[in-house]
Amino acid sequence: MEYVQQLVNGISVGSIYALIALGYTMVYGIVKLINFAHGDVFMVGSFVGFYSITVLHLPFVAALLVSMVVCAIFGMLIERIAYKPLRNATRIAALITAIGVSLLIEYGFIYVRGAQLEAYPRDVLPDFKINLFGAEIESQAILILGVSIALMILLQFIVHKTKMGKSMRAVSYDAEAAQLMGINVNRTISYTFAIGSALAGAAGVIFGVYYTKIEPLMGIIPGLKAFVAAVLGGIGILPGAMVGGLLLGVIESFVSAIGFSLWRDGAAFIVLILILVFMPSGLFGKNRREKV
Amino acid sequence: MDKAKPLLNVENLGISFGGLRAVQGVDLQLFSKEMVGLIGPNGAGKTTFFNMLTGVYEPTEGTIMLGNRKLNGLSPYKITQGGISRTFQNIRLFGELSVIDNVKVAYHSQAKHSLLSSIIRLPQHFNGEREMEEKALAFLEIFQLQRFKDEKAKNLPYGQQRRLEIARALAASPKLLLLDEPAAGMNPQETKELMNLIALIRETFELTVLLIEHDMPLVMGVCERIYVLDHGQLIAQGTPTEIKNNPKVIEAYLGEEVS
Repeated sequence: MEYVQQLVNGISVGSIYALIALGYTMVYGIVKLINFAHGDVFMVGSFVGFYSITVLHLPFVAALLVSMVVCAIFGMLIERIAYKPLRNATRIAALITAIGVSLLIEYGFIYVRGAQLEAYPRDVLPDFKINLFGAEIESQAILILGVSIALMILLQFIVHKTKMGKSMRAVSYDAEAAQLMGINVNRTISYTFAIGSALAGAAGVIFGVYYTKIEPLMGIIPGLKAFVAAVLGGIGILPGAMVGGLLLGVIESFVSAIGFSLWRDGAAFIVLILILVFMPSGLFGKNRREKV
Repeated sequence: MDKAKPLLNVENLGISFGGLRAVQGVDLQLFSKEMVGLIGPNGAGKTTFFNMLTGVYEPTEGTIMLGNRKLNGLSPYKITQGGISRTFQNIRLFGELSVIDNVKVAYHSQAKHSLLSSIIRLPQHFNGEREMEEKALAFLEIFQLQRFKDEKAKNLPYGQQRRLEIARALAASPKLLLLDEPAAGMNPQETKELMNLIALIRETFELTVLLIEHDMPLVMGVCERIYVLDHGQLIAQGTPTEIKNNPKVIEAYLGEEVS
């Protein structure tokens, strides 16, 4: 029965990875850039949520929304200031800039606020245990999973059923042809960053509620793992990021469950190496052969 | 052609890439509802000229006026929304999108409902989407593509992709339609059907059409006037008969007569 519990834990953690991974994969899909600052947007979201709850005394859902809005704006600003001028530069230049932006946010945040830890209050969400097939499952794990799934459904709706979603898919397929069809490419890219960052912000709040401890460098490891999740599912593919995130969470839980908890973080990167060696285009990616 | 104000007025248009003057000194007028051909040997600068009209390249000299609006330096999406839309020499559909979505994407700038109205599912969203669906279906019907509507665009046969590109360009509701070799790679039968179709949409939508094409009989058959471009410069213009007998044009295509 311990395994059911581990499975649920894994899925909850995995849904956080999945939310972050979606942002990576959306941005990659549209501008072919690995936005390494994405993990830091997640961190900022977590802090915004924390202050909304402790200082503004907002309930969980309101804090979640505030954090999503702030992160959406933050993500758009990052794109405008750091990436837009490099739109036509080499990809490596944009990638290095992304790492620079990441460090700037992390240490800029520490400079302004200090590096001390904060702890989310324990009573943000009701905490009780549910008995499922003999396994004890925390109510928070269920709620987190519910929020994540709701956000993923919303994202699917936006991408597949709205004008903006269609523009995003068109731009990601052929940006030049898209603008010749009357699509404002800059605005579409801005929206993509906004939506991806809002999901990271939501993930930050959820992470804070679940693990309570937050600090300015907290974005690094979840950010990298979410990147692994995106690659695992096939970067640029939305369902891939969701499945990749959930799978990675489950793998991690089972690695600790069978007694290798010290290897927990390592497992993600072993997965990355294995994927890159055996399935470079990921679970959902198609292996594109160049046509001659 | 009467002396009415031209829909498109291009004056002394030119562009240089570094030291290379790809196009220079082009003057061209298109009047409302005209069908005009742009011909010339490979590498003459025809597609470059289209790229300047649509804002992909910014001209280094000259002006482009659409009605009373100057187009130089506008971004491509604004020019498209302003009334010029185009197809591509090498097909550039959104291959991963369904056929109908390809058309809807081009219709976006006409649809008014916002992202927010879609997320909170206001009636606006449903009305906007319904209107878009109806319009897109109507375009597909003209091009007899409605039975493929949920197919991915990249899975269509070649000839159908060409037609879909034109349908998509029309959905942006242009006043001026630029067709870059629409019949490339088609067999004579398909070409003939396509030309009838172009004539039909021109009537229905009251369009002005500028056509790049290599198929001479085709251009001569459908265009009222023809411009000839060679080495980036206009070398001739006139009716099909004038062009056919113009020594400069013959020289550009066949080379100088050996004496």
